[in-house]
Amino acid sequence: MLQDEMRNLYQEVIFDHNRNPRNFHVMKNANRVVDGYNPLCGDRLTLYLSIDDDDMIKDASFQGEGCAISTASVSLMTEMIKGKTVEQAEQLFEQFHSITTSHDDEIKLEELGKLAVLAGVREYPSRVKCATLPWHTMNAAVKNDATSVTTE
Amino acid sequence: MSSTANLSQPSTFDVQTLRNDFPILSQTVRGKPLVYLDNAATTQKPQCVIDAISEFYQNDYSNVHRGVHTLSEQATVAYENVRKKVQKHFNAVSEKEIIFVRGATEAINLVAQSYGGSYIKAGDEILISAMEHHSNIVPWQMLCKQSGATLKVIPINQQGELDQELFEKLLSPQTRLLALSHMSNALGTINPVKQMIAQAHQHGIPVLLDGAQAAPHMQVDVQDLDCDFYAASGHKLYAPTGIGILYGKQQLLEAMPPWQGGGDMIRRVTFEETEYAPLPYKFEAGTPSIVDTIGLGAALDYLNTIGLDAIASHEAELLAYCQQRAEEIPQLKPIGTASDKGAIFSFVLERVHPHDIGTAMDHLGIAIRAGHHCAMPVMDYYQVPATARASFGLYNTMEEVDVLIDGIKQVIEVFG
Repeated sequence: MLQDEMRNLYQEVIFDHNRNPRNFHVMKNANRVVDGYNPLCGDRLTLYLSIDDDDMIKDASFQGEGCAISTASVSLMTEMIKGKTVEQAEQLFEQFHSITTSHDDEIKLEELGKLAVLAGVREYPSRVKCATLPWHTMNAAVKNDATSVTTE
Repeated sequence: MSSTANLSQPSTFDVQTLRNDFPILSQTVRGKPLVYLDNAATTQKPQCVIDAISEFYQNDYSNVHRGVHTLSEQATVAYENVRKKVQKHFNAVSEKEIIFVRGATEAINLVAQSYGGSYIKAGDEILISAMEHHSNIVPWQMLCKQSGATLKVIPINQQGELDQELFEKLLSPQTRLLALSHMSNALGTINPVKQMIAQAHQHGIPVLLDGAQAAPHMQVDVQDLDCDFYAASGHKLYAPTGIGILYGKQQLLEAMPPWQGGGDMIRRVTFEETEYAPLPYKFEAGTPSIVDTIGLGAALDYLNTIGLDAIASHEAELLAYCQQRAEEIPQLKPIGTASDKGAIFSFVLERVHPHDIGTAMDHLGIAIRAGHHCAMPVMDYYQVPATARASFGLYNTMEEVDVLIDGIKQVIEVFG
């Protein structure tokens, strides 16, 4: 079966988030809004964050159109960073970055929690950017240093 | 699988025998037989092309147009023989009208910089179409920036055909050049170029055709078309990468300044002045891609043995069968449904992104392209970020169309 053969990339969690993306809406009271763009495939997303004075991410949402990998990645990400501090979100970004670029034996998937489902992209060099676009967008949003990000 | 019995092959065209000429096609990908449907991106090479390259390096290799020694003379003769083959293949009047370049992209840049740089000034207009590949957009935009000229665009309709009424209106007294795709890489549309060239010529406007996609799928006769420039890429013609063709009418090429300077394009150099070489060498600075050119010659021999008309009719059958079978899939929307189309099937699926289609297809051994096909304005027009594209070549079969359609159905089951 096709689905079984693709299991290492497309886990059930990814299909679930792709079919029913979480936090998929415009946030009117957001104080950080950053557009992410992947010129390779034309995918675009807008990430909305509401960060309070204590650097706490109170809310996160997104809008846009992308493949299953990028939609699941951004949907999962918004779930994970809600309630985290900016510093924690940056740590998550670093962790995610290492998952998608390092070799199998260097990371312990069981320590990664939900992020582990995206680890499969390492085997698909042409799809890594699908997964990383939301995270680079988030990193720019929490650092507040850009209003748009591209994967190139 | 559906029956293919009602679609008969021309008796002289035996696709199974031809497939044996392409060693790469016999491999498996992810445990499945390779189904290569990315021919609009690049075509695979027949054994005779691979052998020609290898044998040339083994027996004949040397630089061209330079040495008096035997090997150099042999290499020069072989290299120039390919120019004759290209001239004959495209029915140019003279070998002087055939310039070897790296690819269609370089051919267009050469015309933009040399012809455009000389004759296109501030206030002038360059006319292109809405279905152009980036390689027939960006060189003209660069020229517009340099010269102060304006880029005008012939719009397309929902079928992916050019709006001929607006085309006529866009031919203005300021138009200095029409640069047009012969066949669209994103949509498959074959434009009515002969008629459009005649219309442009009535206004005294020269025409460049981007033939990167058309040349592998039909017999191109530059005299019959009466185009002023024609650009093509070897690697889409079953020849190696690194070799392309620019055809230009001799009187235009004669009047144009060289594009790049260097060796081979000169007659006499002093520090005060350089006298340029005659055509075609004026436009071929530096050591050319000699062995790729030899490969191009072998590829043209191969294509002409089969016959481009036979190839075109085989591919037309593949496309018709593919379009017919695609109707079984209600979630599939074809992008580009022009009445005159080459063997390109571009499509989108409800709820499945083209990149997911591409990855899933790869798991079935099927190589298709997913993306914007270097034609972002086309994607914008159809309001899609990307499409999936199956593009056929001479070696594709009806059975492979069945595998493709079956694969699309599986993808919808998994993602839909």
